[in-house]
Amino acid sequence: MTRIIVVTSGKGGVGKTTTSASFASGLAMRGFKTAVIDFDVGLRNLDLIMGCERRVVYDLVNVISGEATLNQALIKDKHCENLFVLPASQTRDKDALTEEGVEKVLKDLEHLGFEYVICDSPAGIERGAVMALTFADEAIIVTNPEVSSVRDSDRILGILQAKSKRAQAGGEPVKEHLLVTRYSPKRVEDGEMLSYKDVQEILRVPIIGVIPESESVLHASNQGTPAIHIEQSEVAEAYKDVIARFLGEDAPLRFVSYEKPGLFKRLFGG
Amino acid sequence: MSLLSLIFGSKPKTANMAKERLQLIIARERVDDGKPSADFLPAMQQELVAVISKYVHVNADDIKVSMEKKGNYEVLEVNIVLPEQN
Repeated sequence: MTRIIVVTSGKGGVGKTTTSASFASGLAMRGFKTAVIDFDVGLRNLDLIMGCERRVVYDLVNVISGEATLNQALIKDKHCENLFVLPASQTRDKDALTEEGVEKVLKDLEHLGFEYVICDSPAGIERGAVMALTFADEAIIVTNPEVSSVRDSDRILGILQAKSKRAQAGGEPVKEHLLVTRYSPKRVEDGEMLSYKDVQEILRVPIIGVIPESESVLHASNQGTPAIHIEQSEVAEAYKDVIARFLGEDAPLRFVSYEKPGLFKRLFGG
Repeated sequence: MSLLSLIFGSKPKTANMAKERLQLIIARERVDDGKPSADFLPAMQQELVAVISKYVHVNADDIKVSMEKKGNYEVLEVNIVLPEQN
């Protein structure tokens, strides 16, 4: 059985693509055959974050419209043996994403033996975002500890609970996970930023992780390497913890409390 | 910013404000979600005028329709002013 996971948020720029890339890579590093699909038709970026932009020939819309086979469009990741990227179309209209077309692509991925399919949702609540969540079994709601992001996350949760196939079938609902990103423990400590507990209390979704604000995310995207591969970075560790929790392992939250730098660190940096 | 905070350079603690504002707005938006919104009110008012004018002579302004929220209830209030009998 393939498990379909949508990475969504409502608001743009909160870290959906960063999370999709690292989450998919993390699952593949654990040995699962994984595909990650960019649903942002017209504004594709997953290819850049994964570092495969120069190898894109065919895309999701080509596959849906029968201009290319799924095998032709899937791009093998450069870091992980069993990870494949399906890019979004850069030129086509987002109406090209039909429900039947998306369903067929997901079915075909299942036939190819994929264990996990990660759907990287576009921002907003329009067609692309709805298509990305329609067939989801689980959802990762990416939220920044900031008012507009939290409100938009609540909105997208409402849409998930109304428009997904699971919601419409009335069976077991989509399993929701909250991922708080760009978290700054110091600012939380100083009372300047919502804590992850505040965000969780407001949205009432179980937390799967907290990703600290970090320079490594920009380093990662500059190089086209998912942040989970940046050695010794807190972000990579935090994403690996997310994978562990997703797979049911016990991993306490890290990088959520602020420790005042000691004298040595203050004098010599660190 | 107060003089003290200027001297000590402390920043305002705004996280609590964010939390309170979010709790209020999200609670309201969740209640509105899935319920009929009040945007049918103007059309309903017109239809009421049409029906009532069949029997009594009324102007559009004589009928006031409003929706109010009182705790867990929503109250639909229709106020019709009948013309004075001559």
